[in-house]
Amino acid sequence: MRGSSPRMMALSMTKTTRPKLVTALLLAPAALFFVFLLLVPLTVVLIFSFGERAPAGGYLPAFTLQNYMDLPARGKAFFNTLTLAPLGTLLTAIFAFPMAYFLAVKVSPRWRVAMLILVMAPFWTSQLLRYYAWMIILGNKGLPSWLAIVGITDVRIINTPWAVLIGAVYGFLPLMVPPIYVSLEKLDKRLLEASADLGATPTRTFFQVTLPLALPGVATGSMLVFILLMGDYILPQFLGGGKVFFIGNALVDLFLQSRNWPFGAAVSVALVAIMFVTIYFYMRFVLSKTDTRRAALV
Amino acid sequence: MNESPYVIEFRTVTKRFGDVVAVADNDLAVKAGEFLSILGPSGCGKTTSLRMMAGFEQPTTGEVFIRGENVTGVPAYRRPVNMVFQHYALFPHLSVADNVSYGLRQRSPKPAKAEIDRAVDEALAMVRLDGFGKRRSYELSGGQQQRVALARALINRPAVLLLDEPLAALDRKLRRDMQIELQNLQRDVGITFLLVTHDQEEALSMSDRVCVMRDGRIVQTGSPRELYDQPVNRYVADFVGKTNFFEGPSSTEVLSVRPEQIEIAASVNALPEGLSARLPVKVLNRIFLGEHTEYVVASEALGAFMVMAPRKSERDAGVYDIGDMIAAGWRAEAERILPNT
Repeated sequence: MRGSSPRMMALSMTKTTRPKLVTALLLAPAALFFVFLLLVPLTVVLIFSFGERAPAGGYLPAFTLQNYMDLPARGKAFFNTLTLAPLGTLLTAIFAFPMAYFLAVKVSPRWRVAMLILVMAPFWTSQLLRYYAWMIILGNKGLPSWLAIVGITDVRIINTPWAVLIGAVYGFLPLMVPPIYVSLEKLDKRLLEASADLGATPTRTFFQVTLPLALPGVATGSMLVFILLMGDYILPQFLGGGKVFFIGNALVDLFLQSRNWPFGAAVSVALVAIMFVTIYFYMRFVLSKTDTRRAALV
Repeated sequence: MNESPYVIEFRTVTKRFGDVVAVADNDLAVKAGEFLSILGPSGCGKTTSLRMMAGFEQPTTGEVFIRGENVTGVPAYRRPVNMVFQHYALFPHLSVADNVSYGLRQRSPKPAKAEIDRAVDEALAMVRLDGFGKRRSYELSGGQQQRVALARALINRPAVLLLDEPLAALDRKLRRDMQIELQNLQRDVGITFLLVTHDQEEALSMSDRVCVMRDGRIVQTGSPRELYDQPVNRYVADFVGKTNFFEGPSSTEVLSVRPEQIEIAASVNALPEGLSARLPVKVLNRIFLGEHTEYVVASEALGAFMVMAPRKSERDAGVYDIGDMIAAGWRAEAERILPNT
């Protein structure tokens, strides 16, 4: 009743307007980041992609589709990226799943945190340093020379797609394990017992219960790894040695070496477009398969 | 094939978890077609027993038989028993129909789709959930989820249906309805039911036989009436129903008198004839419970004890207030001397 007095009404009005201001202030950094570090640069790249290369390199304003017509010239980079990035993501997921399962189900809670930290430990040293190490391990004086001792000769790993895939699994495993771990940790272990009770062998239980319920985690992890792998250039640079190159390497080459900014911009736009389309369909597929998010609330 | 009259049998089964003995030397035999409850407080080993029957745990020593066949060491997925879990454990990523058909779909050879669909419809009809097949389990109420769990287990026609505190998560009213429904269901399908519960009312009202457990051991097995009328010791008398204990001169024995066997009246002279005990008492407390009233009275000789006065007797003998001096008594048959363990 007292709330209807004019003074109380004025008070309640300031109370409703203040949260709006707070919300706006809290959202401002994200909005600024989004606009100035994403939308604006993307727009610039899009504009550049229709331009021409200045005689001394760089950008000359123009409107031409020539850059897009020239894309097939970089077909090898597109092909490598579009085959090795999904393949690398898949391999990483296959390697990460047992690790995450072990951590979430088999390891006692006392050791879990320590083990998770160990999974993340590779991130404590520089990525460059770690890829250098792999260059030596996979190089001709590394693994192939050890294999030669046991009679397996003429093995080449470095500068092949295999080297890139090995590097991808190694480099991105720490990103893939945690999301899968989280979804397996949430998984009600009684569901596994229920499945066994109803006559499902352990293998069938895995494919019918464990995997479907861990799918959101696999999807999140795969998304992270796929996006990073699609845009990567250090990994193919080190372990592909200029023979197995990605779109990222093509971009470095176009922008920094041949200084053909408009063509580089067209390649970038193509890369972003491909990512958008792939991720859109991937998410649609995953969401159609996982109706469990609401179940988690129950 | 087998002549064994028992669907499930424990032969001197012991289960240890490290130093803790969860189940000690159990011999338990479940007859075909009966409704048996294992009753006991939490930690008495009843759930562990159930899990050993399902195959989730294996006994440390001893043997488990199902339909006369030794299944010790056989994993859960190869045992012809099914379980209704305490929180149902329905698969959240599957529809109600896919949950119910799960067991059939694990068989090899897998039954034809039409056959599975028909069985699912039948199973859902049996638990009165016709037309719920397309729903998701989390869209259902607790009672409905419970019934899906029942259908999911019963569709496999198990040798025994194991029920792990199936009604614990339901509210009181629904629990009562489900008790009746479970009993009817058991009679209709003719499958052996084995229920684990800490709720004595649940065990007494539904079962043909009740097995009372304590600290991993079976204390007494018998019909609900046997347990209530002829408990083997103080523990069973205390756990099954309410009772009053009067300490005697010996510390190894105790006198038990059920509160509903005690009569009260305005004075000792007003008590009916033929009572072996007649005591003047003071009313300490009175709780109105609807169909009866629970009095706590105290006598100088025996101390405080509980009396259950049904509505009908109140009409004859009157309602008493706290502080009133009245009389209480009971017949010789109401007295039971029990080991004090």
